[in-house]
Amino acid sequence: MSVNLFRLAALAGCVAMATAAQARDLTVVSWGGAYQDAQREIYFQPFTAATGIALTEDSWNGGIGALRAKAEGPASWDVIQVESDELVLGCEEGTIVPLDWEALGGEDQFLPAAVHECGVGAIVWATVLAYDGDKYPDNAPSSWADFFDTETYPGPRALRSGARQALEFALMGDGVPPDQIYDVLATDEGIERAFAKLDSIRDSLIFWEAGAQPPQLLASGEVVMTSAYNGRITAANQDEGRNFQIAWDAGFVYQIDSWVVLGNSDKPDEAMQLIAYMSDPENQKLLPPFIPYGPTHKDAAAKVDPAVLPNVPTAPENIDHGLFFDRDFWVDRVEDLNARFNAWAAQ
Amino acid sequence: MARAMTDGGHPAPASTMMTAEGVPLKVSLRRAERRRRLTAFLLAVPVLVFILVTFVVPIADMALNSVRNPEIATHLPETAAALQEWDGEGVPGEPVFAALAKDLAAAAEARTSGLVGARLNYEISGMRSTIQRAARRADRLEAPFREAFIELDDIWGDPVTWRVIKRESHPYTPSFFLAALDRTYDDEGNIVKVASNQEIYVPLFMRTLWISLAITALTLLLGFPIAYLMAHLPMRTGNLLMILVLLPFWTSLLVRTTSWIVLLQQQGVINDILVWVGVIGDDGRLTMVHNLNGTIVAMTHILLPFMVLPLYSVMRTIPPVYMRAARSLGANQWTAFWRVYVPQTTPGIGAGGVLVFILAVGYYITPALVGGQSGQMISNYIAYHMQRSLNWGLAAALGTILLAGVVALYYLYNKIIGVDRLKLG
Repeated sequence: MSVNLFRLAALAGCVAMATAAQARDLTVVSWGGAYQDAQREIYFQPFTAATGIALTEDSWNGGIGALRAKAEGPASWDVIQVESDELVLGCEEGTIVPLDWEALGGEDQFLPAAVHECGVGAIVWATVLAYDGDKYPDNAPSSWADFFDTETYPGPRALRSGARQALEFALMGDGVPPDQIYDVLATDEGIERAFAKLDSIRDSLIFWEAGAQPPQLLASGEVVMTSAYNGRITAANQDEGRNFQIAWDAGFVYQIDSWVVLGNSDKPDEAMQLIAYMSDPENQKLLPPFIPYGPTHKDAAAKVDPAVLPNVPTAPENIDHGLFFDRDFWVDRVEDLNARFNAWAAQ
Repeated sequence: MARAMTDGGHPAPASTMMTAEGVPLKVSLRRAERRRRLTAFLLAVPVLVFILVTFVVPIADMALNSVRNPEIATHLPETAAALQEWDGEGVPGEPVFAALAKDLAAAAEARTSGLVGARLNYEISGMRSTIQRAARRADRLEAPFREAFIELDDIWGDPVTWRVIKRESHPYTPSFFLAALDRTYDDEGNIVKVASNQEIYVPLFMRTLWISLAITALTLLLGFPIAYLMAHLPMRTGNLLMILVLLPFWTSLLVRTTSWIVLLQQQGVINDILVWVGVIGDDGRLTMVHNLNGTIVAMTHILLPFMVLPLYSVMRTIPPVYMRAARSLGANQWTAFWRVYVPQTTPGIGAGGVLVFILAVGYYITPALVGGQSGQMISNYIAYHMQRSLNWGLAAALGTILLAGVVALYYLYNKIIGVDRLKLG
């Protein structure tokens, strides 16, 4: 009998140890790939070294559905990098929770666009006009008007599938200054004007879905110019020796990815510590040399290595041409405008 | 003994046959039979449970999702109740606005106002932010609420807004099905067609149908001769052909689809060869992919084995003597083939046709990669609403219509040709 009791105790001890080993580390979730490799090097590993808080990493592909599923299950994700849709929707429905802005040094330390009740900007990235510099040694396209000019620049061109950004670029091509784009889009005539502009080059337009496609389309010569994520263009130049050019002066739309804390996290304090560490300008300035996305802390932009600055959307000479993606406009209008866009494109 | 056995339901006479245990033989036999059936059923239980859990339940749930409409009834309960009294004319009275203020304050507290806003935004563009704005201030609003709300946003003074809220306050709604059929409500609540520049799903269903039919016809046209050769050539050559059919079949779908991009694109292999030969000029390169053509070519290739294999297995069982008999009775080669051979292959044609058609109707990855815009099929929009726009009700309605369409076509097929004539091997 005593032997059995002993065995029982040993078994209980094993179970207890297994449970203890399963106790969760703080979990941070980002977009994976080369981007997350860079984050690991400049944020995650130094954070663990500095604070002793162990981190587990995961990666995801976005989508409010994935966030909802995680928020309803047992706690598994804590700190997540999200796009603006997920930030706005997740905050409205309580999937993600308000941040402690005191711990981040206050709202006024960051770009105004990077401040949200439930999230702090992690990076600024842009959708830009890109072309192959080898194809256009001179008279390169320099404006969205050139994108819509199939006489001077014959050949197919590509935009991201969907109404978002396509309508903004159409209006830029029609001569609307960036700061008036959303005022024009707010009117029915503005929408008609944008669709009419798109329709004018309908036969030359193809649409891409994934961010990896535009560099491929340019590399294979399938299109003469395309909208593209700025990081992908620089990466293609660095990794594959391409000479793709970004027409920053033509105007671009920039967006912000944010760090958020999931509603069911049981480590909110550690989560805030990690976010504060990643929002520190001394740490933020380290990212652009790896991948040219702009920092969100006001002090960080000045500290970025000048060699990589021209590729960064927030560089002083670039940011003036940029248009901040109006997430509130699109959260309201995405359904009817995408329905219209899809009906137009599928004709 | 024979009499006792055929007595059927009559009470057993005294002379009934007994087993060694003293049980009437008939009872014992029946028991054994029941036990046998039970064993058979128990053996089938795992697969039945599996089908129920992974197939029947999710599909039923999906179908239900297309009419489920809980947001307003759950999160604005008092408003929904107050609106029952309202006759739909003019702007509702103060009690409705007071109920809305109370509901929205509670929803803001529970962070459910976003769900209400998202649901109403499907019906009226802009309602998402209207609801959010109102929810943020709801606990600070003061009576009279009607004036306070209209001050906040004109849209609260529009009877159309209230008719929509009242209509969508039922826990079930037809509006996702209406949207899936390019229909909508007008301001008076009548069902009308959407504006022609928003019309998309009905043309897409038609396109999906005819693309699938075209692919089925193309695979039959291409697959029939291959299957015939495989079945009738000497073993060694036939096996080589079989490997040529099976190798692509075993290759990943994505690999095959992207190979077609490499072949067909404007700077691709085929265009390069045509330019090199001089058939077309360098500026006249053909657009063969990222459009309807790409979808049809790639899907025909990918689905070809599903036509060839059933055809082959049927053709192999057709004895050559029938053809010889037809020839010896005076039929020429073509007549013998058309009147004697082909009719015997119809079970294979039917099986291949049904298989290819049903697979094609639901195809998704290939059109997404090579279809451009003109080659998209309905599944691409189902995926779009599942993953991007998050309008799961509409995705479910589209999926349910697609499923019902396939079932209806299968029923027709059964009526006309007969499912028992299918032969997969």
